[in-house]
Formats: sequence, C-alpha cells, structure tokens
Amino acid sequence: MTETTLNAAAGLPEIDERSLGMRIKTQVKHIRYVLTSNPVTLLAFTLFVMIVILGIFGPWIAPYDPLATNASIALQPPSWSHWFGTDQLGRDVLSRVIVATRLDLLISVCAVAISFVAGSVVGSIAGYYGGWFDKISGRFIDTIMAFPLFVLAMGIVAALGNTVENIVYATAIINLPFYARVARAEVNIRRNAGFVQAAKLSGNSDARVLACHIFPNALPPMMVQISLNMGWAILNAAGLSFIGLGVRPPTPEWGIMVAEGANFIVSGEWWMAIFPGAALMLAVFTFNLLGDGLRDIVDPRQRT
Amino acid sequence: MAAPTSRLSTIARRLGQALPALFGVIVVTFLLTRALPGDPAAYFAGPAADAKSIAQIRESLGLDRPLPEQFLLYLKDLARGEMGNSISTGQPVAEELIRRLPASLELTFFALLLSLAIAVPMGVLAATHPGKPIDHICRFIVTAGVSLPTFFTGLALVFVFYYLLGWAPSPLGRLDFAYVSPPTVTGFYVIDALLIGDLETAWAALAQLTLPAITLALFTLAPLARMTRASMLQVLSSEFIRTARAAGLSGATVLGTYAFRNAVLPVITTLGMVFSFTLGANVLVEKVFAWPGIGSYAVEALVVSDYAAVQGFVLSMAVLFVALNLVIDILYTLIDPRIQLDD
Amino acid sequence: MSPDATNFGKTIMEPDKKTSKNLVEVDNLTVEFTTRNGIVQAVSDVSFHIAKGETLGIVGESGSGKSVTSYALMRILEANGMIASGDMVYGGIDLKNASNSTMREIRGREISMIFQNPRAALNPIRKVGKQLEDVMRQHGFATRQNAKAKAIELLKMVRINNPEDRYHSYPHELSGGMCQRIVIAVAIACQPRLLIADEPTTGLDVTTQKAVLDLVGELTKAQGMSTILITHDLGLASAYCDRLIVMEKGRVVESAGAADMFARPAHPYTQKLIRATPRLGADIRDLLPEDAEPRTPSEPKAPAVHPEGQPLLQVTDLVKDFPLKAPVKKLRDMFKTAKAPDDEPTVFRAVDTLNMTIDYGESVGLVGESGCGKSTTSSMVMRLLDPTSGSIVFDGVDIGAMPAKDFATSEYRSKLQMVFQDPTDSLNPRFTARQSIADPLFRLGGPEVRRDADRRVARLADMVGLPKSLLERFPHQLSGGQKARVGIARAIALDPKLLILDEPTAALDVSVQAVVLNLLLDLKDELDMSYLFVSHDLNVVRLLCEKVVVMRGGRIEETGETEALMSNPQTEYTRMLLSAIPHPPEMAA
Repeated sequence: MTETTLNAAAGLPEIDERSLGMRIKTQVKHIRYVLTSNPVTLLAFTLFVMIVILGIFGPWIAPYDPLATNASIALQPPSWSHWFGTDQLGRDVLSRVIVATRLDLLISVCAVAISFVAGSVVGSIAGYYGGWFDKISGRFIDTIMAFPLFVLAMGIVAALGNTVENIVYATAIINLPFYARVARAEVNIRRNAGFVQAAKLSGNSDARVLACHIFPNALPPMMVQISLNMGWAILNAAGLSFIGLGVRPPTPEWGIMVAEGANFIVSGEWWMAIFPGAALMLAVFTFNLLGDGLRDIVDPRQRT
Repeated sequence: MAAPTSRLSTIARRLGQALPALFGVIVVTFLLTRALPGDPAAYFAGPAADAKSIAQIRESLGLDRPLPEQFLLYLKDLARGEMGNSISTGQPVAEELIRRLPASLELTFFALLLSLAIAVPMGVLAATHPGKPIDHICRFIVTAGVSLPTFFTGLALVFVFYYLLGWAPSPLGRLDFAYVSPPTVTGFYVIDALLIGDLETAWAALAQLTLPAITLALFTLAPLARMTRASMLQVLSSEFIRTARAAGLSGATVLGTYAFRNAVLPVITTLGMVFSFTLGANVLVEKVFAWPGIGSYAVEALVVSDYAAVQGFVLSMAVLFVALNLVIDILYTLIDPRIQLDD
Repeated sequence: MSPDATNFGKTIMEPDKKTSKNLVEVDNLTVEFTTRNGIVQAVSDVSFHIAKGETLGIVGESGSGKSVTSYALMRILEANGMIASGDMVYGGIDLKNASNSTMREIRGREISMIFQNPRAALNPIRKVGKQLEDVMRQHGFATRQNAKAKAIELLKMVRINNPEDRYHSYPHELSGGMCQRIVIAVAIACQPRLLIADEPTTGLDVTTQKAVLDLVGELTKAQGMSTILITHDLGLASAYCDRLIVMEKGRVVESAGAADMFARPAHPYTQKLIRATPRLGADIRDLLPEDAEPRTPSEPKAPAVHPEGQPLLQVTDLVKDFPLKAPVKKLRDMFKTAKAPDDEPTVFRAVDTLNMTIDYGESVGLVGESGCGKSTTSSMVMRLLDPTSGSIVFDGVDIGAMPAKDFATSEYRSKLQMVFQDPTDSLNPRFTARQSIADPLFRLGGPEVRRDADRRVARLADMVGLPKSLLERFPHQLSGGQKARVGIARAIALDPKLLILDEPTAALDVSVQAVVLNLLLDLKDELDMSYLFVSHDLNVVRLLCEKVVVMRGGRIEETGETEALMSNPQTEYTRMLLSAIPHPPEMAA
C-alpha cells in the first residue's frame, strides 16, 4: 500500500508496482502455457530466435567469405568442407545463405514496419471518424487493391528505379491495405462499444479514446497480421530480386541466389538453387507458424 | 417482393462500382510512368537512346505538355487500344500482350481449378474433424504451401520430375517442339486441341501445363483451405446448424445444404485475394517454366528497361484483376440473398 | 428413406403405453465437458420425468446446467461434452444408447426444440418455406409434390400473415417475433410428442413474448404435446408450466407443482430465487434474502441545497431525426467505402417532441419496447448524441445547445454519468478494474483528485461492495455481478448529479439483479443523485422509480407516478404492456 501511495503522490500513472509485477508474472505464465501446450508454436519460436541470431551475427558465423571466388572449386556438390556446395564462381553457398539472412530480414522488417504504422494510423482514423477521410482513404486503398499486388510492386520498382530502398517502399505499399483494413474493421466494430462510450463519459477526448482504449484492443489481430505479412513480405522481396529487381549480384540474397542457381538445375547442379530456396521457405514458414501462436499469446481472453 | 429486379439492379450497381476502381488503376499506372522523378522520355527511349531520340520521344508522347493534358492524351491512346511500342522488339505492346494473354490465362485458371478442387474438400475435412490428426495434417500442408516461394517450388519440381525421374517434359513453354500448336479458338491449347479431336496434342499440352499449374496451386491452397476451414467451423457452431440437427435433418443435408452453402460465401470473397496472389505468382512461374505468357514478357522487358512494355503489362493485369473481382462480386450477389439490403 | 427406417418410425410412433405413463424419464443424468482446465461436470445426477401433455419448467440461473440437460436429452451436446452416466428413456426407447440414426429419427419427429435468438436459429440463406420443407421431407411428412402446400399450411398455423408470400422470405426479411414463429413451425412440423423450448423469448419484447408463449401453449395443447420450458425467469415459468424443477450448479434442488413451489418453497435456493424475482406488491428490499447482511452505508452526504422550483433536468420538445439508410452492412463490405444513396433523402424520426423533467433526488423510469426511442433519448440527455432540435436544461444550463464533442471535456460531463446495459461490453478488456474505475478520476478530476486517486478508488470499491483483491483483475476474470459493480463505481466516481441507468441489470441473473438494484437504491440516497432508469421491464422499474414515462414510437405515451400508472393505466398501450408481464402466483408470506 505504501508503494502505491508513493507512486500516486509522485503523480505517476495509477499502474502501481504491485499490479505491474503481478501482470508481468501472469503474462509470463501465459506465454509459457501457450508455448508448452502447443509444440508447433514452440518450434516456430525457436526457429524465429535462430533466424534473428543469424540475421544479426551472420557475417561472423559464416565459415567463408560469401564474396570470395575460387574458380578451382567451382560447382562442387555439398561436402564436409562446403556443406551446401559451391556455386559457379566457387563461392561457398552455406556462407552466402547465412549472410543473406540479414538483408532479407531487413527488407521485410522495414517494409512491414512502414506499412504497419501507416496502415494503422490511416485505418484507425478512418474506422473511428468515418466521413470524408474514410471515403478518400478507402478509395485509395481500393485502388491499390485493384492491382495484383506483386505486379504493382514490379511496376513501382520499375518506375521508381531499381534499388533496394525502392523494393522496401514497394513492399510497404502493397502491404499497406492489409493493415489499413484490419485496423479500420477492428476500430469500427469497437467504435460504439459500451466501454468506448464509458470512456467518453469519463472525459477522454476522441484522440485519447482511439489511442488508449480502442487501439490496444485492436492490436491482437494486427499482431497476427504482422506475423503473417512478414512471411509474405520476405517472399515478395525475394520474388522481385528473382526477376532481377532490387538487389544486384554479387550481393548474397536468397531470391537472387535461387535465380542464379536456376540455370544449373536442369543439368543436375541442384544445391545452388535448393539451399537458398529452402532457407527462404523456412523463414517464411517460421513467420506463418508464429502468426497462429502469437494470437494465443496476445489475446487476453485466452488468459485465465 | 420484386426479388429479380432488385437483384438485377444490384448487379448493375456492382458494375458501376467497378468503374472507379478502373479509373484509379489507370490514374496510378499513368502516374507511375509520368509523374515520378527522372525523365520519363529517357525511360521510354531505353538505356541506349541518345539525346536526340529522347527529345523526339518526349514530343511524340506529349511529355512537354502539362500533366492533365498528358493524362487526357493517355486516356485517348488507351481508348484506341494504344499502349506504345516496345523498344526491344519495336512491336506495339498491346498486340503482343493480347497474343500472349491466353497462355497466362490457361495457366492461371487451370491452377485455380486445381487449387479449389484440393483446398475446399481439405478445409471441409479439417473443419469437420477439428483438433484431430487430419486437421493438423491439413494445417501443416497448407502452411507449408503458402511458405513455398513459387519460383523455388517450380525449380524443385523441375529437378525432381524432369531431371531425376524424367516424368515431365522439358520445362520450356506450352508445347514440345515435336507438336504443332492447334488452331486458335479459345487460345487455350488443351481445349483447342480437344476441339479438333487431337488427343495427342491435348495430352502433350496438358503435360506441359501440369508442373507450372501445381506450382501455382500449391501457393494458393493456403488462403482457400484456411478460409474454408474457418468459415465452415464458424458455421458449424452457429445456432441454425443446431436447429437443423435438433430437427433431425440428415448429416448430408446439415453439412451440404445448411453448413457448406453458408460457409462457401466467405470463400468466394477470398477468391479475389487469391486471384491477386495467382496473377503475381504467375510472373515468377512463367519465368521458371519459360511459359510464353504476359508475365515472362514483362520480365524480359524489365531486364532491358523496356518501360512501355512493363507499364502496359501492369495496366492490363490490373484491368484483368478488376474484371475478375467484378465477376466474383456478381457471383456473390447471385448466391447470397441478403446482399440486396446493402448499399 | 430405407424400409427399416419406416418400420422403425412406426414403432416409435406408438410408445409403449402399459409400462409407463411418463413420456420421458431421466434418471441420475450426469454430463461432463472436457475443457482446458480438465473435466467439468455441467449436470450432476439430475432426475426428472414428464407426463404426456404436461408442461415442465426447468428454471435456473446462468451456468445451472438447464440448457445442457436438454441438449443431452436430444443428444446434441457439443463435441467436447458427453453423457457420463444416468439413463434417459423416451417412450420405452433408451435415448442414451440409441444409435445416431435412431436419434436422427427421433429429433424433429418425436422430440423437437425451440431456441433462443430465433433469427440466428434459422439458415440465413435459405427461404423459410424451404427450411420447413426440409424437416417435413426428412421425416416423410411431405413429398416433393405436397411439401409447399404443407409448409404454407404450417405458416398459417403459427399465424403468419400472407403465408404464400412469407414462404419465399429469408430470415433477415422478418421481425424477431416472426422468426420465432417460423422456428416454432419447424419444431411442430412433424407433430412431435415433446417440445423443448430453450429460453424461447429472451431478447423479445414483453408483448411479443406473451404472443409467442400463448401460441406455443395453444399449439401444444391442441396436439396433446408435452413441453419443457427452459428459462431463467421464475415468474414466466410459473405462469406457463404445470410443474417446475429448479436447478443450481448442475443439480436439481427442488421439484414441485408451480403453485406449490411458490406457496411453499422448500429449498433455500428456491426461496432466494423466488424472493429475488420482481413481482407486484414486493418492495425492493424484499428481493434480498432474509438473512442478507445489511450493507454498511458510508457516511451519507449532507443533502445539498437545491434551487427552489427548478428541476434538475428539463427536456423540452426534444427531436432526433436519423437519415434513412440501409440496415447493417455485411462483414465483407465493412472494408469497402460506404456508398450513401443520395436519392430518397428521407429521415427517420426516432424521438418526436419529447418533454420530461427530473427533479433533484428523483428517480424516473423510461419504459418502452425495443425501437421506441428510449435509448436515443438517453444518449441525447447523456450528451453522446446531438439532438436535431429541442432543449436539454441540466441544473439551469442548456447543455443541449453544447455540441457533444465540446461537452465531453466540459465541467458538466462529470455531473452526468451512466451505467451501461452490458457490464462485459462496457469495460475495456485491457483495463484492470482499478484502471477502469480510476479513468474518470484522471481524465476529469483536478490535480488533487488525481493525487488522491488510489484512496478514492479504494473507497469507491468499498461503496459498491467490490473486494479490493479484485481491483487488479481484468474484466474476463470477473463475474457478471462484479463487472456491474465496477461499472457503477466508475459512474459514481465523480459524484454525478444525474445517473442514467441503461437496463443495468438486463444481462444479470435475477439474484444478482436484486443485489445490484438494492445497491443502486442505497447509493442514490448516500450520494444524493437522481436516476433516469431506462428499461423495458415495468416490474423492475417500479422497484426503483417514483415516476414512469412510457414511450412508444418516439413519443411519450403516458407519464405518471409509478403506483398510480401501474394500478390505473390511462392508455391502451400501457394496459397491454402491463398485462403482458407474466404474474407469478402470490408468495405465501
């Protein structure tokens, strides 16, 4: 009780130490429950941690320099010294796959972050206030959605210029509608909920109602969307570089490595395309599995 | 109650609603070509052009005039079916696209039918056995499917079925060199060959079509199966199903007439999204299988910075997608009696 | 239909008459559910029987297992539920061990069911006539040729006007009451011998409720059916049933004839339930159990000096028009931009020149059926909604002229507060009870209130009888009654002068309702507040309000002192409302 009074006296928010500690404890307990009750989520979580570690420490973990060429060992199949074999220039495929993690993650994280922030702001405002902003933003989103999204991304990169930043922007733009729509729908169904009216009666301004009362409740579906979109963003970025947009050789990147390896697959040198492709698949798979698991963790109604 | 007329008017309204989308698509495509940093004339002239030819192109495209006027010119060109000429082939872009479109459509529709034929029963199966092994298996297949980069799946399939097993024909185009393409009726080789009774060619065309179609179908399995499962689960737990069961209706009637028909509605709406995925993934698959559709045309154009071709491709894909969405919307209107109350 | 099934149908059409005079006998039924927290027993050791032509009421509060019992009888439990032990016999057939195909034969043909929420109980994309045909054809009661005629006949039987047209309707085109008639038609289509009605009138207006239940009574009587009426409303059950069983936490606590049970309730729980049921002649304090501990009221506020001759709230010529637009949009269209039709700029007048006053310290009830404009009125008085015209003078100031947006931050906001209908919906799921109660203190209280917030929250929790240990809990960890207390604590946090109670007990069990109503009465005196009690239930309003305003179609139908209005209603409509309320037999003192 003394702690609480102290906090209150200092003008701190009413979340006192005791309740915060208790809430963290229940949160941890809940996360542990979700992870242990669903082995698939645990697996996804483990993979996720591994991918992040590779993304951060990749250049130090990789056994060889990903750019060092050596014509004498070109096109060697997987062996003990080169687990994933070597490519047509004698570069170590394993090292290239590991180092590529960072670039692929960076592109998709940046793209998803941009579209999450922009999409939730636009969607929340449209869903809460409605009116002309809703109409205009809705039209805008509809127009983006009127394109097959990958094709639009191609068009944007082609027009803006063939660079990595533009891959990020293009991926962000084609992801934007998903966040905007989820945010709009989730905010809209809560707009007239009892607790929102009660918050207004308690003297919360509209902006505060939206930011502190409605949006946190709309977050769980948004989180699931993020996780699912991460996989999709990685796929898109890799797809764009597969057709020769964005990342240029010799930079190691999964999509471009698959594209380079594609020429050799009909003659049986499969390792150059299959390993980076498998890495790509595993990363996307991890995020997709995580999406399902995350829903259980974030949703407070699942907690008891 | 004048149900038929109101339904017709709903369809008419849906048609009307597609117009703004179409207009938006044209504006965006126009902006992508004209209003962006850099000199559009240089874009259109291609990397090899000199200053004089760039100036010439600027004038011929009207790029020296104000933007709204350029837009009107652009609209006028489009109305005449004019999309400019490709710099690499010198051919009109529109003609080339129309020539290649059937190849892309054949692949897309075949893949989608394949995907629907697998995904919907899978979703229903998973939903009727929630939490059982079959549900987990379906979920795994579906999640793995959507995680597969299409270009990677395509290559892996080629490696296994062409290089290792030798079951599939070489992944080069729509028809092996040994065959003559059938006379164009629908533009779909398999159907055209069947129309003239040439079973051998039809079989060869189908063999070529199979691997790319499986590649695309694997990718689109997930949204369809997931949505089928989710909506089927939701419908099965709804109160009218309980009523139907309490009234002693047979399992087939409850599942088919009552549950499935309701569950299929959200699946139809996801079809739009699925088309978006398929048309995008199409580009990658066409590149892998050297499929002579509009996707591989666009990829070739991208490599040589042939912007007129790329923009023509983007626009025609978008128009195609708008049209497909319209069809889906109308389909939905025809199935769901509640839709008339909307708007 | 296979020949086997037809033969079988004959045998079950003639239940063995010699062995038993009871249509249904349930002995020691136990139902268990497998949940995340292990196995939960929803129904324990329940036994009852139903004679032919008898109407049995199963009464209990939420979680008592009354619905599960009937689902078990029909063998339509959810996948995670199972009948653990006991026997269920219907006309000589062992329902517990009957095969699935036998059960399908029995459902709909021998035993059928009516559910609550009639609109959801019908297939939304199938014509109602077709749904009737499905059932009749399933059980061989109609052929392809005569199904339509028989369906129309059924529609006539449940008194649907223009049955030929209605045959082609979809559920969304019909009112709730009409949908319930269709559900009844589905249930009686094959002339079953037992009809189970599971909360058949929850969510329907009181006049519709009476019409529906009268219809069920008439139809079952005409066909000699037995009926099980499952309800939380003891008054309703006693008015329509021959015999009652009362369930609590999965067990039957008492079983007796309806009149007997009211005259001599044997079990303490039944006594408590009967006491808590609002009825004519009972005082609000009578609703609480006799041994209830009296609440310790906090020090009553010194009554403020009120301006002479001026009411706290004066509403004059209040009007609210809504632009007419299409009904609820569908999920998939929620994403798309709304298209307002610009033709037909008609408006719907939800509230029409309404006049009303509330004095200092007075409680006024605002009563009417759904769609009468009572909620719109309360939203306008609450200043959540701007009126089209008219004035709302509160404590001498015309707050109606202030736009709702500005009012939200004005000094009057704290003086006008509200308790919401659904305690679950009205609490932010991500706020603890403490945060919810403290929210108005932080937003509208001055700096000293904010500093003092913790102590104030504790005192508020005391006042509404919420244990302090629950303050750190989230709404989903609280019971309905506890959530209601949090909502009330939040509403009175800033000493409002006028509290609008929007059906504050509609979502609560009757025993909890009794406690909450008493709490509200105490708080009113302690804090010197006025109440505007919005409700559809005259019987509840009567307990708390000195004055009643009856609304209908956006207008005031009748206003008066509560007792006078109820004993001597001036208009036909009020009389109808009053007569529709089910009256339980008088309780022996």
